[in-house]
Amino acid sequence: MADALRPRPAAIKAVPVRHTGRWVAAVVVLAIAAGIVYTFVSAPNLKWDVVRHYLFHRLILQGVVTTLELTVLAMLIGIVLGVVLAVMRLSPNPVMSWVSWIYIWFFRGTPVLVQIFFWFNLALVLPHIGFGIPLTSIQWQANTNTLVPAFMAATLGLGLNEAAYMAEIVRAGLISVEHGQTEAAQALGMTRSLVMRRIVLPQAMRVIIPPTGNETISMLKTSSLAFVAAVPELFTRSQQIASATFEVIELAIVASIWYLAMTSILTVGQYYLERYFGRGTQRGLPLTPLQRFRKMLVTFHAPPPAPEELPVLLPRGH
Amino acid sequence: MVKAEAVHKSFGRLEVLRGIDLEVYPKEVMCMIGPSGSGKSTFLRCINHLEKIDAGRLSVDGELVGYREHGDKLYELGDGEVCRKRSEIGMVFQRFNLFPHMTALANVIEAPIRVKKEGRLSAGDRARKLLERVGLAEKINAYPNQLSGGQQQRVAIARALAMQPKLMLFDEPTSALDPELVGEVLDVMRGLAEDGMTMVVVTHEIGFAREVGDTLVFMDGGVIVEAGTPRDVLGNPQHERTRSFLSKVL
Repeated sequence: MADALRPRPAAIKAVPVRHTGRWVAAVVVLAIAAGIVYTFVSAPNLKWDVVRHYLFHRLILQGVVTTLELTVLAMLIGIVLGVVLAVMRLSPNPVMSWVSWIYIWFFRGTPVLVQIFFWFNLALVLPHIGFGIPLTSIQWQANTNTLVPAFMAATLGLGLNEAAYMAEIVRAGLISVEHGQTEAAQALGMTRSLVMRRIVLPQAMRVIIPPTGNETISMLKTSSLAFVAAVPELFTRSQQIASATFEVIELAIVASIWYLAMTSILTVGQYYLERYFGRGTQRGLPLTPLQRFRKMLVTFHAPPPAPEELPVLLPRGH
Repeated sequence: MVKAEAVHKSFGRLEVLRGIDLEVYPKEVMCMIGPSGSGKSTFLRCINHLEKIDAGRLSVDGELVGYREHGDKLYELGDGEVCRKRSEIGMVFQRFNLFPHMTALANVIEAPIRVKKEGRLSAGDRARKLLERVGLAEKINAYPNQLSGGQQQRVAIARALAMQPKLMLFDEPTSALDPELVGEVLDVMRGLAEDGMTMVVVTHEIGFAREVGDTLVFMDGGVIVEAGTPRDVLGNPQHERTRSFLSKVL
């Protein structure tokens, strides 16, 4: 008790240790990086005006839209089918869990490129696809090439492959939810599907979202494999132009700039999505960068707060 | 309300319940005590079919748990029917098990809205009254991790009560709490007992059992060793096993 009444001694003032090594390392790394960047930027045969010219070219922009369509559709198939497969995998019905296991084993074990190729060339082995119910007159048939056009082939190839990965991600999420949650929900009289939809899945989302964001970003780039099915997405478009103008590297740079821009936007989206599903897991969510920036502007003008009132999450240097 | 006749339950080769006979009457508060692994929690979980019994008969309100009897044959109940029966029995867990992604209010109204298909307004009204009754009127918008253990357990009790159960099961409701917080939860439970709720309470709180319980059951090794009024069992235990247990916990 008496200690609390003693005056607080002055804050320690000392000469800081010199971190010579850190400075040297930083200078070396920066020099190497600057060298690499300079080499490319100043490469005599690299025509930056060509990059600028094609960056917003109509064909390239169409390619961007197709890439986005391909990514969204393939991820949609992947997520929906992935959730179904994960629930099947955890089902008490052995047939369900085995079918799911075999699906994952097959689609995860073969390259996506081969799968897209397979769907694209399906007509070679199955010129017609149809179904019918035996012993009845109900049947239906269609030409494979009209039923599975190039875009569809690429979407199927990417989506079905993604489903196998998503299934494992979703399964990990479902398992991560404590069993007590299921029991508490059951004790309230909730049915199996209600427990899954209202209690387990929303909590599993916290575990599912980060790798799913990863998968989406990855899909954005993997969709360039649709090249083999001649789907006019970003990379196909850039290479079509390049094959006419021989500006291969320039157009690869154009495509890269767009891929980078799109993945950057997705990264920000993922951050906010994680925040939303993280509610209830932390006491008060940390500020978003935007909120922190605003707060910084405010505190910049206001007199500095007393030390104990200092917001914990203020950016360093303030 | 609850009637058990020779109830048996095994987990693999381990026999956890080895013939339980007991009866809980309406408005009765039955407390169950005993060492860890004696089967008290398992028995409690059998009452709302979270565990399936292997042999014997267990009924709630005259209806078998988990089965329908037709002639001399038993038919297993489907998921929907089991859920409907569970919705009439409230349960409070040792580790609270509140839904962490929902506020206190959302926790309480979830089952009335989704299971009983009650309107959002009337469910919300009743939930607010229940949270007020457990002393948490100010915390309705708090998430579980913003609440202390005692507060969480009181929300969990309100959540169970929101289904207007005819029977409440408590599975060591104060065992995970700081000693300081035990009292507030026991107070809520005492209030419930005074209002005439039928309760089965697995507990280590001998004081609560003595004061609030109508009957006290001492279990060990999957059987009921001794049962009677708390005054008799605690004051004048008949079995050596009961005496040695009580000498350690009192």
